[in-house]
Amino acid sequence: MPDRPASQPRRRVKVLPRKRPRDEASGSWYPRWYWPVFALPGTLWLLVLFALPFYVVVSIAFGTVDPVFQSPLPVYEPWWWTKKYLLEEWHLVTGQFRAVEVRTLVYVVLATAICLVVAYAVAYYVARFGGKRKGLFLALLIAPFFISYLMRMLSWVELLQPDGYVNSVLTFLHITPHPVNWLGGVPFTVVMGLVYGYIPYMILPLYGFLDRIDQSHLEAGRDLGANPFWTFIRVTLPLSKPAILASLVIVTLPMFGDYYTNNLLSGSPKTTMFGNLLDNSMEATGQGPEAAVLVLFLVVFLMIPMLYYMRETAKAQRNQ
Amino acid sequence: MSETVSQRPSVGHREAGPVVLPPSRSTRTPLGWWRNPWRRPYILATVTWMYLAWSLLPVLIAIGISFSAGRSNAVWQGFSTQWWWGHPASDPSGALLVSPELHAALIQSLRLSFLTMFIAVPIGVAFAIGISRWRGPAPAGANFLMLFSFVLPEIIIGISMFLLFTYLLKFVHLGTGAQLLSLVTYQVSYPVIIVRARMLSIGREYEEAATDLGASPTQAVRRVLLPLLYPAILVSYVLVFADTIDDFITVRYLSGGASTEPLSVKIYNFSRGSLTPAINAAATFLLFSTLVIAVIGVFLYRRITNGQRGQTKEMTDYLT
Repeated sequence: MPDRPASQPRRRVKVLPRKRPRDEASGSWYPRWYWPVFALPGTLWLLVLFALPFYVVVSIAFGTVDPVFQSPLPVYEPWWWTKKYLLEEWHLVTGQFRAVEVRTLVYVVLATAICLVVAYAVAYYVARFGGKRKGLFLALLIAPFFISYLMRMLSWVELLQPDGYVNSVLTFLHITPHPVNWLGGVPFTVVMGLVYGYIPYMILPLYGFLDRIDQSHLEAGRDLGANPFWTFIRVTLPLSKPAILASLVIVTLPMFGDYYTNNLLSGSPKTTMFGNLLDNSMEATGQGPEAAVLVLFLVVFLMIPMLYYMRETAKAQRNQ
Repeated sequence: MSETVSQRPSVGHREAGPVVLPPSRSTRTPLGWWRNPWRRPYILATVTWMYLAWSLLPVLIAIGISFSAGRSNAVWQGFSTQWWWGHPASDPSGALLVSPELHAALIQSLRLSFLTMFIAVPIGVAFAIGISRWRGPAPAGANFLMLFSFVLPEIIIGISMFLLFTYLLKFVHLGTGAQLLSLVTYQVSYPVIIVRARMLSIGREYEEAATDLGASPTQAVRRVLLPLLYPAILVSYVLVFADTIDDFITVRYLSGGASTEPLSVKIYNFSRGSLTPAINAAATFLLFSTLVIAVIGVFLYRRITNGQRGQTKEMTDYLT
């Protein structure tokens, strides 16, 4: 190594003074305000445009109505809230709307049960026996996510018309003597529409979970003498319980607020669901308090599944 | 321990030695074929293929009908593009790209989707970064708010937004502005959930290494963290676009009049009344625009993750 000429002084390495104390948690010199600034726009947005609207809903539900114009007068001060509309709606919900609520529950439970059986079978097949075709299967299973919900419902509206393809096939095979009016308020059509609409949202989470099940668990079950059926019942099914619960909630929550499937495939008062009550209360003018109270009831009703799902999502994020 | 095991009459607890199957277990008889544990899962395979046909064929038929030559939207009556570009022989005013109403709705759809995408994703990504690194009780509260907006049925967001803009924030007029604000509110949770999952899986080490090597906090985020997040951000863009362009639930309550209704709302309104193949053309257009964005997304994803293994798997992991 050649010696440095004496004329040229050694280059001085400038040592920067440590200005702020090292943050133990993050291990670097981030100022205290640094990360909150990132979260600020989103937090503000959600406070002003998600929490505040909800407060307006509550204020209208507990508010009054303009005596002249019959338009809602929201009351923002909790100490002046009136329970008039709440009680009125409670009366309706426990009386006149009872049939609608029971129907909603029956439709949602039926549709979710069908969804679960079919979705589980499909997810299980693709996860375990997909083999080389797994990519193709996945693409086909994801496809409905990119096809608009409206497009998928519209295609059934057209297929089920009196002169549509479903009726022509049925009459051609002599299953029905004459075309069936599927769109005239048939509960079967509505339940099938709900299944058709929401089943993709169930298949993918189930697939994601079943695909991650360690095959050695199944092999252990088989080695211990269980046949395929009992391996499934005693190993796969208990393992996938969290995924089943989560996917049930994913599918059920929007079904309770669904009015469009029903409106498109039936539109008859014979199949009205809770979502239709909400939508109808929005279409009539001066029905602000009614819509607000119904929203509150729905939120309270769905609170437990929603909290469950939020907890699961937060937990899944932490465990990753 | 071994005693308890031997007490249980286990099915798999056989004598050692070569297993000789009794003749009735031959796989040639129907019962034996059924019991053969290495049989291919024919039933599951049938269910899966039938499901795929059921979920995708109706949509293909609906796309086909948009190129029909007749007025009926139930049966295909020969090929034509008259419902897309109009036909000199027939009245062109009903075609998607000619009718002023549908054309304006198409522009409105694209405008809303792109604006929502470019507002919601940056806010959501920043929020996810901030919330993952910021410590204390405040981020947990913000995260709760965000997850709540994710699980709430969409109709509730629509109604509460409508009430907010009609009774409290009256300076926001119903129309594009109100639609945009509510769409961003509803969509902002997607990028947060996707990016946050990615943040947790990459951990803090890369940023710590960067700051140890002399990067400032801003440099660490911009040159280390963000490039690592690009795949997740890209997936968020595609998902938000796909979900926004066919959204009609919140938007329907917030369109001030027919002039600001996007294509999705038009499809919904027409589906209940006068259906022509032009509506199929409109729905097909939404599908194609989503596909274009998805293809661009996949292309960019490939470029970003160039040289990394398991791209497809990772991409589908975001969806499950």
